[in-house]
Amino acid sequence: MSASKRSTIIVEHLRKQQMWDALARGKRLDGRDFNEQRPLEIELDVIKKANGSARVKLGDSEVVAGVKVETGEPFEGLENKGALIVSAEVLPTASPHVEPGPPDEDVVELARVVDRGVRESEMIDLDQLVLVPGKTVYIIFVDCSVVNADGNLFDATSYAVVASLLSAKLPVFEMQDDKVVDTGNMQPMPITTVPVSITAARIGDYVLIDPNSEEEACMDARITITTADEGFCAIQKGFTGSFTVDQIKKAAETARIKGEAVRARLKELTGKNG
Amino acid sequence: MTQTRNLIDENGKRTDGRTVDELRTIKITVGRVKNADGSAFIEFGKNKIVAAVYGPREVHPKHMAQPDRCVLRCRYHMSPFSTDTRKNPAPSRREVEISKVMREALEPALMLEDYPRAAIDVFVEVLQSDGGSRCAGITAAAVALADAGINMRDLVAACAAGKVDDKIVLDINDTEDKEGGADMPVAYMPRLEQVTLLQLDGKLTPDQFNECIDKAIGGCKMVYEIQKQALMQKYFGNETELKEEIQQ
Repeated sequence: MSASKRSTIIVEHLRKQQMWDALARGKRLDGRDFNEQRPLEIELDVIKKANGSARVKLGDSEVVAGVKVETGEPFEGLENKGALIVSAEVLPTASPHVEPGPPDEDVVELARVVDRGVRESEMIDLDQLVLVPGKTVYIIFVDCSVVNADGNLFDATSYAVVASLLSAKLPVFEMQDDKVVDTGNMQPMPITTVPVSITAARIGDYVLIDPNSEEEACMDARITITTADEGFCAIQKGFTGSFTVDQIKKAAETARIKGEAVRARLKELTGKNG
Repeated sequence: MTQTRNLIDENGKRTDGRTVDELRTIKITVGRVKNADGSAFIEFGKNKIVAAVYGPREVHPKHMAQPDRCVLRCRYHMSPFSTDTRKNPAPSRREVEISKVMREALEPALMLEDYPRAAIDVFVEVLQSDGGSRCAGITAAAVALADAGINMRDLVAACAAGKVDDKIVLDINDTEDKEGGADMPVAYMPRLEQVTLLQLDGKLTPDQFNECIDKAIGGCKMVYEIQKQALMQKYFGNETELKEEIQQ
């Protein structure tokens, strides 16, 4: 059952007042503009045992993602498509507020929103990942571990997933006498587009992108908007507050513009153009 | 999602005979669950969903209580027989997420500060599912909360819009959800003009995005009228009689 709870991070009244004063002047406490992301660092192939991997730092939020490719049965109803499974975990290393154990609803939401962005954009051409139609297909796992949490895990995790998939090499499997055999060869991942999420937080009447944990502790509502090359592909409004339609449309426009810049970064870094 | 067949025919009719701007038939009955403090039963197309509210009541476990406000708890659950293939009764990750977004969609409407140290529990059970069960569930839950006499800023009405055959249509059904291009569920407080739930899966161009959100909000406003009527029906009897009374 989902229950309302208080932020585990407590921001002092004085600090909150400072934040509101800064917002009224069009600035944020760390000096950023409303539409300015924190510095984004992306490092590829950090895990040699994975088929593809990435370490992403968005400000002080840090996520490691790894791709593992296996074969197996296709999903029900999607017999002629490969399978893509994205998961996310917030490690107990990430902050003093995280305990080991089964994922809570926030982590389930994180994993599902990141998965939705990649899935709905059709980033990977799953039609090309079939070995025996209806029986054996490629299964691509992308697992993410949040190593350090300082807000906006949605975007940090999403970039880590996309970067690791862009850098991944697909092992070439073959069927020999009804058995799957790894040929030892590698092929590029069938990439069609590059999805990029941009998350914004509303604090009072102000909407700012890429909130850090202090801002998240003060926010009224959150919205994560994922764009691909052609337009929007996934949205999730989160947290207990609401947005006006106008605020949503503006956030969508910002997500398109800012997303384009991140997309260009990702493409350049991995040498992929589409 | 790749579409295999046309879902809108040459006359502009959809698989269930509706036009692109038409809602499915919605029927809300208030107070169907006798023991609950508030309840509503909604038929939203083929969806059959019961929402029951208990509270404000004491919080168990006690450590969950908050000194200055009420705790809202929400459970969205699908019965094993509600779907084509039997659904495992254990809560799935999808249900965990929907319980969460549903709570977040309802919370802005409630004056939780009026009930410190208490809890309000909202149970939404999908007995038969069609597309758009989260929207139908939120719509029913808001009516049940009002029926329970909880102080509210507004009702929350929910409706989805989506893309089918590259056209933006209102209130997509199960077939259109599975085979169509995009699904955007929206929950809205019409009097306060605030969006409390917004999700999207599927591709939309910027123009389609704007059209889709406007269409969904239009749908929410229609749902809002049905919600109000259902409440009036329970508390004031026949609406036409009431109107006559007001006019006199």
